[in-house]
Amino acid sequence: MSHDKSSPSFLQHHFHDVNQQYETAKLGMWAFILTEVLTFGGLFCAYTIYRSWYPDMFVGANLLLDVNKGLLNTVVLITSSLTMALAIWAIQKKNKKLSLLMLIATFLFALAFLVIKYLEYSHKFEVGQLPGEYYSYMGPEVAHINNPHIFFSIYFIMTGLHGLHVAIGMGLIAWLIYSTAKGNLHSKYYTPMEMIGIFWHLVDLIWIYLFPLFYLI
Amino acid sequence: MDRLTEYFFPKQVSSFAHDIDNLFYFIFFSSVVLFAIVVLGMIFLSLKYRFKKDDEIKLTSSKDHSNILEALFFIVPLILVSITFVWGIRSYLKMVIVPDNAIEIKVTGQSWFWTFDYPDGGTTLNELVVPSNQPIKIVLSSKDVLHSFFIPVMRSKMDALPNRYNVMWFDANQEGVYDIFCTEYCGTGHAQMEAKVIVMKPAQYEEWAKELGSDDENMPLDELGAKLYTKKACNTCHTLDGSALVGPSYLQTSQMWGEERVFDDGTTAVIDDNYIRSAILEPQIQIVAGYQGVMPTYQGLLNDRELDALIAFLKSLNKDSQI
Amino acid sequence: MTEKKQNYLTYPKGIMSWLLTLDHKRIGIMYLVGGIIFFFIGGLVALGMRLELAAPGNDFMSNDAYNNMMTLHGAIMIFLFIIPAIPGALGNILLPLMLGAKDVAFPRLNLFSFYLYTLGAIFAIYTILSGGVDTGWTFYTPYSTQSTSNVIPMTIGVFIIGFSSILTGLNFIATVHKMRIPGLTWYKLPLFVWALYGTSLVQITATPVIAITMVLLMLERFLGIGIFDPALGGDPVLYQHFFWFYSHPAVYIMILPAFGIISEIIPVHSRKKIWGYKFIAYSTLSIAFIGFLVWGHHMFTAGQSVLSQIVFSFITYFVGIPTGVKIFSWILTMYKGQVSFTPPMLYALSFLFLFTIGGLTGIFLGAVALDIHLHDTYFVVAHFHYVMQGGTIVAFLGGLHHWWPKSFGKMYNHTIANICALGVFLGFNGTFFPQFLLGLRGMPRRYATYDEQFVELHSYSSFWSGILGLSIFFAILNLVWSLRKNNKLNPGTNPWGAMTLEWTHTSSPPHPHNFEEDPVLEHGPYDYDKVIVKPTFKK
Repeated sequence: MSHDKSSPSFLQHHFHDVNQQYETAKLGMWAFILTEVLTFGGLFCAYTIYRSWYPDMFVGANLLLDVNKGLLNTVVLITSSLTMALAIWAIQKKNKKLSLLMLIATFLFALAFLVIKYLEYSHKFEVGQLPGEYYSYMGPEVAHINNPHIFFSIYFIMTGLHGLHVAIGMGLIAWLIYSTAKGNLHSKYYTPMEMIGIFWHLVDLIWIYLFPLFYLI
Repeated sequence: MDRLTEYFFPKQVSSFAHDIDNLFYFIFFSSVVLFAIVVLGMIFLSLKYRFKKDDEIKLTSSKDHSNILEALFFIVPLILVSITFVWGIRSYLKMVIVPDNAIEIKVTGQSWFWTFDYPDGGTTLNELVVPSNQPIKIVLSSKDVLHSFFIPVMRSKMDALPNRYNVMWFDANQEGVYDIFCTEYCGTGHAQMEAKVIVMKPAQYEEWAKELGSDDENMPLDELGAKLYTKKACNTCHTLDGSALVGPSYLQTSQMWGEERVFDDGTTAVIDDNYIRSAILEPQIQIVAGYQGVMPTYQGLLNDRELDALIAFLKSLNKDSQI
Repeated sequence: MTEKKQNYLTYPKGIMSWLLTLDHKRIGIMYLVGGIIFFFIGGLVALGMRLELAAPGNDFMSNDAYNNMMTLHGAIMIFLFIIPAIPGALGNILLPLMLGAKDVAFPRLNLFSFYLYTLGAIFAIYTILSGGVDTGWTFYTPYSTQSTSNVIPMTIGVFIIGFSSILTGLNFIATVHKMRIPGLTWYKLPLFVWALYGTSLVQITATPVIAITMVLLMLERFLGIGIFDPALGGDPVLYQHFFWFYSHPAVYIMILPAFGIISEIIPVHSRKKIWGYKFIAYSTLSIAFIGFLVWGHHMFTAGQSVLSQIVFSFITYFVGIPTGVKIFSWILTMYKGQVSFTPPMLYALSFLFLFTIGGLTGIFLGAVALDIHLHDTYFVVAHFHYVMQGGTIVAFLGGLHHWWPKSFGKMYNHTIANICALGVFLGFNGTFFPQFLLGLRGMPRRYATYDEQFVELHSYSSFWSGILGLSIFFAILNLVWSLRKNNKLNPGTNPWGAMTLEWTHTSSPPHPHNFEEDPVLEHGPYDYDKVIVKPTFKK
């Protein structure tokens, strides 16, 4: 049984009404966020355990991280969360132009984050601060430390997984830009934008934990 | 109970085996009772209320609740598991607190044999010798992957880890020879990683400990080699009958004496005394074609005389040739 | 509209309409086919192992070959059959029907889940064909980081299937919360729905942890990161903690849906209201929750602190109590009912017998002092086969026999089905009961060969495994054979006279969109004391 002609085109056939569809989407997205928290939670757990076993290694090795770039990335990502929220606010206010602008800004900030990360990573590759058995840097900061490769292993895995999520987020935002431009998303139906917004805020939040844990303490 | 123990369990040799078996019986008999209630209840109710051929379908009882029964479902199992838990922990604490007068033996697991180092010096492979009625503290570690040291008759088991020492203890109250098994999967030879624990009277043990390493001095070399073949665990991976196990059969090596053997990288070497010596001390340098390079080095585990003995033994396997 | 006269199997037509289907029932059928294929593959591997173990020594295969087989048997059965099968097959077909919904919350995500399962399966097949993996399904380090076998493809497969599991769980949670018809409150839900809901909660919270563990294992092999390898500063016991933090809740993912099936079969085939509905519902949630707190009982000999041992043992006992409540509730359901010994009911009764043994033997293992003796012996092997096979698989077979006529509109031969059910029961006990004794007597697990002293029990076990294998094979064959065109046995829409929505408001097989109109709830799921629903099938 399909809906009659008065139903909006974005209402899927197995939902009764727009509200049920929206509520369901929200529940699904928050359940997904829970799974992401547990995934990263496992890694934060590993971080905690290794930090408690090798505190000197963490304190010493983290001097090798570029705090400036890390701080810049933090500002970039927080701002992108703001522009994402503004994009949703704009579409609610029927301002398609502003919404698109904010989405593009979010996309660009995400891109900036990855570029800065790339600069950080490439410097590390150059000097041999690599994960696991590829680690070769023997500079003065780590001279008195055992197993510096473990710090970098955990660093690369966590920031790498986070970076992967940023990249995926970029793809999703690009799709939002396309959909909004085409008119598929509008003040009456912007659920995908809101859901992806929630995802994006999570990506931001994870970085807000990663930054101090790796760069500052 | 003794007959049940004979049926269910290996001998009760350690001082705490009896208690552990009793814990088992408590749980076992409670379980039998609960199980009987379940099965008999099930059979009785399903038969009594079965739908017979000419029965009419009718409305059935609304009864779906009974305070008394539900309280019983909770309380009785709760009591049983509480007893089990407390008993389990008290017995466990006895197993974990090592008596002060224990003698310490270092046990090292590696793929795929056990090495035992005794307090007064001396090492045995695959044979743990202990005095009876004396607490033995086992300090356990692994040289490579995870293993687990299990002596069924002692009801005792502990994992051997590569980065940490684990400790277990037991106190044997009966002389005899008993099995030791590896109970953590460790690769190809896991099932062959067996050893024996020999429980001797204390006086006998004293004598044995004194002679450790000295009784072989007057034995002819090939005879000593035959003894070392099992004592040093070569038999775990090398047969004497020509069949290939993890490593080539000694018989085959013996029969090829003086000929060239091919290795997995294409190089060759003549099988002679020097080759055998190097194969035992540095096995990873030349891996025989068709086999995996998994043999551990015996550096430090065999003295020169023992090496000579093994070489002599190997040669003796091929009695027809003139080597 | 010709669609009205068709059912979901016949409309729409064409292979692409199946491969790109968004219909939850078709997706369920595809999971069923995939699950059964892997069940058979895993089962054949097991029969090969039992053949080898019938006598000591390497009769048919080398140690390495056996070690590969025992790993594949475990990995295939757990990841490719037991975890996905009941939710993926029965859950997908039935959940929306039981809720009065037209589909699950996210149909496209559902199809995506299925393809993730398929992709993971492809990695598993690749692993088998390219030399296998020999680490045991638990992949313990450092052996798994050093083994030359195909660890990485297998872990990739597990990782991908994990995502399939997470997305299915997510879908089901949203469906249960948001897609019920008016009047269908939580306490009017069929207990199978409660079971799927509890399972889904565990799936979405536990599975991410195994996913990340597999990633760490892969990176350990690839990059030598040093997190689990002691030579590089890591800890192998940390791996065990990560692994079991998921894998213990995973066993509840395996058993909760089975509990749900039993909760459906027994009231229907006893024509009686279920005993203790709320207890069963709450015990599902408590088992799901407590299950997260007990993982250390797999590690009692690893060298954990005494305090950890005590805490894990203590909480382990708590997980058994709600399960006991369920068993008594199921039995009491038959009181003053009208019990029919149909194939589903025989499987349900079989389940009660076998699962009780499995559950009780868990008590032995929870007592730390006794577990020291029993850990990593055949006692554990027997215990988990009693709960996973005697429990989940027997319930799965029961569920298949119960819902087969609904899903396909065909009835199978009851006599053959009953004989096979008996064969499964006897074959199973014959195979695994001796293994308790083997374990008590000290026989370790994962042994390709063994000491002469264990030969007698192993030979019994191997003999009966043949009976078990044949019975399962013929049971499934009997079901499949009912699909033949000239099968005259017509079950009608409600062959058992059941009361839940999938029976009372849909055709057999159901319409593509499930319901012609939104169903209106007339009575509760087990109101056999208030309403008579006539069965549409007479034997």
